[in-house]
Amino acid sequence: MGAQLRVYTQKIKSAQTTKKITRAMELISASRIQKAQQRVAASGPYSRAVTRAVSAVASFSNVDHILTTEPEKIERAAVVIFASDRGLAGAFSSSALKAAEELSSLLRSQGKTVVYYLVGRKSVAYFAFRRRESEKSWTGGTDKPEFSTAKEIGDALVSKFIADSKDGGVDEIHIVYNRFVSMVSQVPEVVRLLPLEVVEGVEAPASDDVLPLYEFEPDAGSVLDSLLPVYIESRVFNAMLQSAASEHAARQKAMKSASDNADKLIRDYTRLRNNARQSEITQQIAEIVGGADALASAKK
Amino acid sequence: MAELTVSVVSADQEVWSGSASMVVARTTEGQIGILPGHEPMLAILATGEVRVTTPSGVITASAEEGFLSVAQDVITIVARSAELTNAK
Repeated sequence: MGAQLRVYTQKIKSAQTTKKITRAMELISASRIQKAQQRVAASGPYSRAVTRAVSAVASFSNVDHILTTEPEKIERAAVVIFASDRGLAGAFSSSALKAAEELSSLLRSQGKTVVYYLVGRKSVAYFAFRRRESEKSWTGGTDKPEFSTAKEIGDALVSKFIADSKDGGVDEIHIVYNRFVSMVSQVPEVVRLLPLEVVEGVEAPASDDVLPLYEFEPDAGSVLDSLLPVYIESRVFNAMLQSAASEHAARQKAMKSASDNADKLIRDYTRLRNNARQSEITQQIAEIVGGADALASAKK
Repeated sequence: MAELTVSVVSADQEVWSGSASMVVARTTEGQIGILPGHEPMLAILATGEVRVTTPSGVITASAEEGFLSVAQDVITIVARSAELTNAK
């Protein structure tokens, strides 16, 4: 076999092996995405109920609480970045990190110190490579988030939020994650969790509607105290689930195009190999014919 | 008679939802019974049992670390973990 032929055969084999891997990853992501989407949907009622309750308290009560009041001067802001544990998911992690970078330069231009909280190995690696500091990080399980992790993150954030900024506390909490829009589109989203900004899920009361005057049990302060961590946890958990669904969708898309690319490579190399084989055969025939001719003319 | 729209929600799923005539829950202050027409309220739940009286029977659920919100006959019981103890 000619050298050229061997090179092509080798390349085809390598493309085929790669294709096997990417195809398997594509199928795995495709099967997990359904589950991830269901979990996003299932966690919806909880996060909606919590958000509605928080909004209700914030808009219908005049209690002075750190949850509802904005500090005069915001000195330190926490940014939580949700990336993935593994690569091979297209621009998934980098788009979240890029959005986080934009947010932090905005925050810095407002004179705030940015404190990072990282979720997922890819974001940790990004920070480690650039030798940048992060307050805390969580790795593992980004493709199948557990509520206990969300609770851990929530606890860490709440304790920092309650603390004074002089003691290393934060006055603002932002989260950056990939929101799952559809199988083909995942949008990096930046949300300010605290202080409360948007009042979601509460319809503006009609003018003739009586505003519900909430009764608090035992009292407004303690209800808010216990709502705060629950609210943070539910938002963090929701972000983790969205991010997981997005990760699977992004990986499926990336792996599908990788498999398609491998297909194309195999096709191209097969053609080249056939070409090489044909030209080798042609050359051999020419040599035989030439040799026979030479023999025949020598006999005369 | 007016009816209550009740949903029991835990962190990862909606445990139960439907209409009911009465809800009894345990808050940190003690047990509370809610009938249609109750004033809007937000209460912290203590670990314990939630009883929902529906036209077809009584449903009980255990709830942990959550709260209860009542607004215009819509009751939401939100708990970090909640499960039905007798499904009917």
